[in-house]
Amino acid sequence: MSNVLLDVQGLKTYFPIKGGVIRKTVGYVHAVEDVSFSIGEQETFALVGESGCGKSTTGRSILRLIEPTAGQVRFDGQDLCALDAEAMRKKRRDMQLIFQDPYSSLNPRMTMRKLLEEPLRTHFALNQKEMDERIHWIADAVGFSRDQLGRYPHQFSGGQRQRISIARALITNPRFVVADEPVSALDVSIQAQVLNLLMKLQEEMKLSYLFISHDLNVVRHISTRVAVMYLGRIVETGDTEEIYCHPMHPYTLALLSAIPRRDPSDQKTRVHLEGDVPSPSNPPKGCAFHDRCARCKPICAEVVPQPRAMADGRLVACHLYDA
Amino acid sequence: MEHLLEMRNLSIDLFRGKKQPPVKLVEGVDLNIRKRQTFGIVGESGCGKSITCSTLMGLLSFPLSVGSGSSIRFQRADGSETELTSVSKTEMRKIRGREISMIFQEPMTALDPMYTIEAQIEETLRFHTDMNRAQMHAAALEMLQKVKIPRAEEVLKDYPHHLSGGMLQRVMIAIALINNPRLLIADEPTTALDVTIQAQILDLMNDLRESYDTSVIMITHDLGVIAETCEEVAVFYAGQVIEQASVEAIFHEAAHPYTAGLLRSVTSLGGAQKQLYAIRGTVPTAGNFSSGCRFADRCDFCEERCRVQAPPLVEIAPGHLCRCLLHPAQKEGLA
Repeated sequence: MSNVLLDVQGLKTYFPIKGGVIRKTVGYVHAVEDVSFSIGEQETFALVGESGCGKSTTGRSILRLIEPTAGQVRFDGQDLCALDAEAMRKKRRDMQLIFQDPYSSLNPRMTMRKLLEEPLRTHFALNQKEMDERIHWIADAVGFSRDQLGRYPHQFSGGQRQRISIARALITNPRFVVADEPVSALDVSIQAQVLNLLMKLQEEMKLSYLFISHDLNVVRHISTRVAVMYLGRIVETGDTEEIYCHPMHPYTLALLSAIPRRDPSDQKTRVHLEGDVPSPSNPPKGCAFHDRCARCKPICAEVVPQPRAMADGRLVACHLYDA
Repeated sequence: MEHLLEMRNLSIDLFRGKKQPPVKLVEGVDLNIRKRQTFGIVGESGCGKSITCSTLMGLLSFPLSVGSGSSIRFQRADGSETELTSVSKTEMRKIRGREISMIFQEPMTALDPMYTIEAQIEETLRFHTDMNRAQMHAAALEMLQKVKIPRAEEVLKDYPHHLSGGMLQRVMIAIALINNPRLLIADEPTTALDVTIQAQILDLMNDLRESYDTSVIMITHDLGVIAETCEEVAVFYAGQVIEQASVEAIFHEAAHPYTAGLLRSVTSLGGAQKQLYAIRGTVPTAGNFSSGCRFADRCDFCEERCRVQAPPLVEIAPGHLCRCLLHPAQKEGLA
């Protein structure tokens, strides 16, 4: 890994559960529980997991769109959690977010030009000519012609709208982008177009991505390193290819074996997971995965496993690999 | 009739006002569903796969209607045949939920939040059978156990918001199968679910299909789901079937450039080369279909004649149909 751009240590985000007549806090949803990872410059780091495992909350906590409860996020050596609101707002020029649903993340009453102008007005003091230059540059980069700039979101298809979202995120020339399920809402044949665009822009603009997705095939393709999340915790982090070829954590193994076959003549043995993901407001004691794990040991129900470095450099949080 | 269901020349019209001709959302679809077969329909959003199956359930309503010249013949449990496009509403209600039933995409919205799971399972029984309350309760309980819901007795008393998405989809399957239908339509049954839950549901559906002797139509946009469950596949594009074959032939000998492109864009994911294969352009919207081949604008192999001449669906190998002018077998088919 090259220079570290973003370093997350012990990130925790809890949401209070209010109950009773006076809305007293009766408990917490442990959405993100002690998450640590780092992302290098021009690297694509993926967070993968099932819905409700806290991957989106992690992404948003890093940008402080949700205030983290505890932990440290260092961006380019600077602790983001220590910044005041104004300094954080300035910092967001360098860190942007691409949302999942291109149908609800674009204001239907703004033309594409207005949508692209908005981030420029927030972050830069440009005159109209400079602004036009930037808009034309980004529109070219994501593949729109100039006469499309006057159109409204409803006049574009899903894939085109997602390209507008990408343009909006990249127009401030950021260094780091959180892409939260950027292709999940798109058709298969359009997904490939958008993924290609994201990779092309990464090269041209020297971007780092935090790529959040539940689609395991997409993650394998786009990321160099991946973290598998389960119930707010990272269970395994490492090189994408290594993890996909030799998953070590029992959850990673089960998750990967659930990917549907690409070929009907493939015969593969599947690791079955029984039951559902437990509620993050009342996570199981010890290892969060122990009650669904086929290789559970007595210690798993008692002690939370800590991430442990393996020979190939990956981190696995599982008692099976205790020394 | 040798098939359970024979669909001939199905078209679905969208009414656009008296002064304009209707838009054909689906055109010229012929499908045969055999008994005990799992038939896959795959295509992108807006290609007409869902409305084709809504037609089978008699669920089309204004401004949609079945076009003239369409025929869907369905073999009933008593051996008689019924023409589903002209059947009366009362007769259709007898078929729906009993002989043909459907699983919808989002179990969270398909179930009524105001009623218990038991009430919603028993609704189908109350309508179609003359069981008493104790019998219905027993049947509902047995069905929930068959779809492998733990603590079924308690779940019967639960409301939909008590259950997770995977559990609700099991309840939907229970409702659909409780009257032992001859045909089950599954419209994107796992799209809203996580991948580990999807694997559970697909396995469950495969098991149940064998024990219930039911034919299944599986509608999906996910080729992986097709590979897991189906025997025969029809690929829809812009309201037409553009290729139809056994699942092995589709995956190994795809003949239409669209099918081949879809497979390539899926299989190149995670492949060695970083650049993904992508089909360019976007799916044409209904009403803007070209008079020639509807895929021409996005096709890598498009020739001049493709834009002018509409390709017919031709059998290029036994049981393998393809709608492309460029295929060598096309000439013989025209002759």
